[in-house]
Amino acid sequence: MSVTAGVDGPPKVAFFNDPRVRSISVQAILIAVLLFFGWQIIQNTLANLERANIASGWGFLDTAAGFDLSFTLIPYSESSSYGRAITVGILNTVLVAFCGIITATIVGFIVGVMRLSKNWLVAKVAEIYIEVLRNIPLLVQMFIWYKVVLAALPAPRSAWSIADTVFLSNRGITIPKFIWGDGAWMIGVAVIAAIAGIVVLRKWAHKRQDATGEQFPVFLTSLGILFGLPLLVYILTGAPLEFEFPEQGKFNLSGGVGLVPEFAALYFALSMYTATFIAEIVRSGILAVNKGQTEASYALGLRPNPALRLVVVPQAMRVIIPPLASQYLNLTKNSSLAVAIGFPELVAAGGTVMNQSGQAVEVIVIWMVVYLTISLLTSAFMNWFNSRMKLVER
Amino acid sequence: MPAPLTVSGPVGWMRENLFPTPVNSLMSVIFGALLLYVVWITLDWAVFKAVWSGENRDACLGDNAHGACWAMARAKFGQWMYGFYPFTERWRVNIVAIVGILALVPMMMPSLPYKRINGIFLLGIYPILTLILLTGGHFDIDLSTWLTVGVFVAVLVVPILFLGFVAKIIQPGHALITSGAIAGSTAILLGVLSIDFGLPYVETSKWGGLLLTLVVAVTGIVASLPIGVLLALGRRSEMPIVRMFSVAFIELWRGVPLITVLFMASVMLPLFLPPGTSFDKLLRALIGVALFSSAYMAEVVRGGLQAIPGGQKEAAQALGLTFWQNMGLITLPQALKLVIPGIVNSFIGLFKDTVLVGIIGLYDLLLIVQAANTDQKWVAPQTHSTGFFFAAGVFWIFCFAMSRYSMFMERQLDTGHKN
Repeated sequence: MSVTAGVDGPPKVAFFNDPRVRSISVQAILIAVLLFFGWQIIQNTLANLERANIASGWGFLDTAAGFDLSFTLIPYSESSSYGRAITVGILNTVLVAFCGIITATIVGFIVGVMRLSKNWLVAKVAEIYIEVLRNIPLLVQMFIWYKVVLAALPAPRSAWSIADTVFLSNRGITIPKFIWGDGAWMIGVAVIAAIAGIVVLRKWAHKRQDATGEQFPVFLTSLGILFGLPLLVYILTGAPLEFEFPEQGKFNLSGGVGLVPEFAALYFALSMYTATFIAEIVRSGILAVNKGQTEASYALGLRPNPALRLVVVPQAMRVIIPPLASQYLNLTKNSSLAVAIGFPELVAAGGTVMNQSGQAVEVIVIWMVVYLTISLLTSAFMNWFNSRMKLVER
Repeated sequence: MPAPLTVSGPVGWMRENLFPTPVNSLMSVIFGALLLYVVWITLDWAVFKAVWSGENRDACLGDNAHGACWAMARAKFGQWMYGFYPFTERWRVNIVAIVGILALVPMMMPSLPYKRINGIFLLGIYPILTLILLTGGHFDIDLSTWLTVGVFVAVLVVPILFLGFVAKIIQPGHALITSGAIAGSTAILLGVLSIDFGLPYVETSKWGGLLLTLVVAVTGIVASLPIGVLLALGRRSEMPIVRMFSVAFIELWRGVPLITVLFMASVMLPLFLPPGTSFDKLLRALIGVALFSSAYMAEVVRGGLQAIPGGQKEAAQALGLTFWQNMGLITLPQALKLVIPGIVNSFIGLFKDTVLVGIIGLYDLLLIVQAANTDQKWVAPQTHSTGFFFAAGVFWIFCFAMSRYSMFMERQLDTGHKN
């Protein structure tokens, strides 16, 4: 077959074999199919909603709710609007996710490091914890915490107490209420100033070490500033903090702040479950660091603890952080299981709104917007982190 | 001379692993005590103080109310396994389970041959068999349905054949045979579904317990495989519309919790259909679960596709293979084999997630053990705990076995590169 190079222009292919023609026709067909189905769905939905006499639109968010919620961070009553109920739900989701993430990370890191311990018993206990809690569904664990563990706590009048300040009963955990007086805002300012001071201190300590080679005890000094400065301001403003301790009356506990058992069950179940996954991530991260790094740091004269802290863990972080971020996302999404035990977070509150107002489509759109925002923010953070931490090769 | 006793044998092992330093020794003692305490409490509740036989709740009251009420578990075992499936028809469920296990075990063992026939049976014939046996078959397929399906097949078959001919997957002479095969198998499918085998109809609201859990999980994973592969290919496509649609689809389903997907499926899906049509509740949940897990499966398959070296595609192109020939014969077999552990992990996750269908009212294993709390015959102080312990145990056995299999497959597939 002779090849006529460049004489008649680009090689002529059959129409249907031309990649551009194929690509355009496939995409055109896809768009046509999507538009057709989308149009059908919208038509059907409007017809069905009209038949069932359900309103459309966002006006329902201002209607009075008519139901009560057991745990709210902002003031809420039966006459508040649906919109406020959903806001309470979002705040509760954020609260549970925040507390759960902190506990899960701490427990997960501890268990992950335990799993790598040279002590056989410690490693085995960590392994049993991980294997047992990882293979039982989260909802089952939540029910066990709620209906078996927390229900076994005594009634409020004979509640267990830790030093007479924190009380555990089957009505939940009751902690003392913080009552701030005048001038308490200055303590908040002091905390922010302390954090800013710590950042400045670190930068200065690094520059000093680069110049002279002398190390500065940054960690202990930062701790001192973080606790010392607000404490100083607290004393100087006349100690404007009072506690309202819960009192054990004849029938009930009065005073203090109550965390409902639903919150406690959700919090414990989420933390323990996600901690197993975080433990495995931490373990694989530390194992992923080349053993040669540890050996080289020993050869340079570093003791094991500084070697771990300064050499292994920073490199392990590169491997740990992306799956860790996705576990945080999973925890936030798993908090939606609260609907099964009645804790009023977003899905539970939204479900009640959906049942009462009948406007399912709008509530589902709200859910999807909230959760998609959270997950897209997490994805964006992971992409940014990955691009910063990428190994730059020549 | 052999090493002294203090450094070899059990004593030596204990000295090195349990008591090397004072801090370590203290930790060994603390954790050992903790472990023994937990094991003691569990055994005490589950074995020593448990009630093993009885007729009703009286057996689990009073002095016996400190241990598990296994008498209740034994009485309700059938209900927890089969749900509300009629007692006389349970043999159908048993056949489905036995055939499934007999077909699945050879598929899971890498050393056994005939994988292709096994796969076709498991993915093609077995689902139909399950559908007929569990529901009773004898679907009412009238003439209009036959006509609709016929037109649908004709409209689909012609373009697919045309494109297949153009993409050089099908030889011209085989076009007739292929169209005949597609039309014939569809006709046989419809025919078999409408045969009256004499099996009484069991509606899906009667399915429950472990049967329902397995139906949802297995259907979810089987349906999500082809959709996930297509989405993964779409995400890596060079056509912008296809890529955008795939990315949007995957990120949408991965970004929302499964419970919202289930609510969407059970509440919004009936709204999307023409007024007047009704939808089986189980089918809605199955659609939601399948779409949700296909997004996760797409990411798993994408990881596998990324691991195939670019040289494979280039070699295929040099040999003159088209895109689909390359995919079907070279890339996908390697990619899917690489991600078998990922697929099994997806299945474990899906299996654990199926408990959520209890929230939309389907009586899966978790919901049905909780139904024992409202049974007048068996309500006792330990009813909750016994039910949850049983459900947790069943789930743990399944998930642990699957995770061990996944680790086994990972070791099998790891043909090198170990540092």
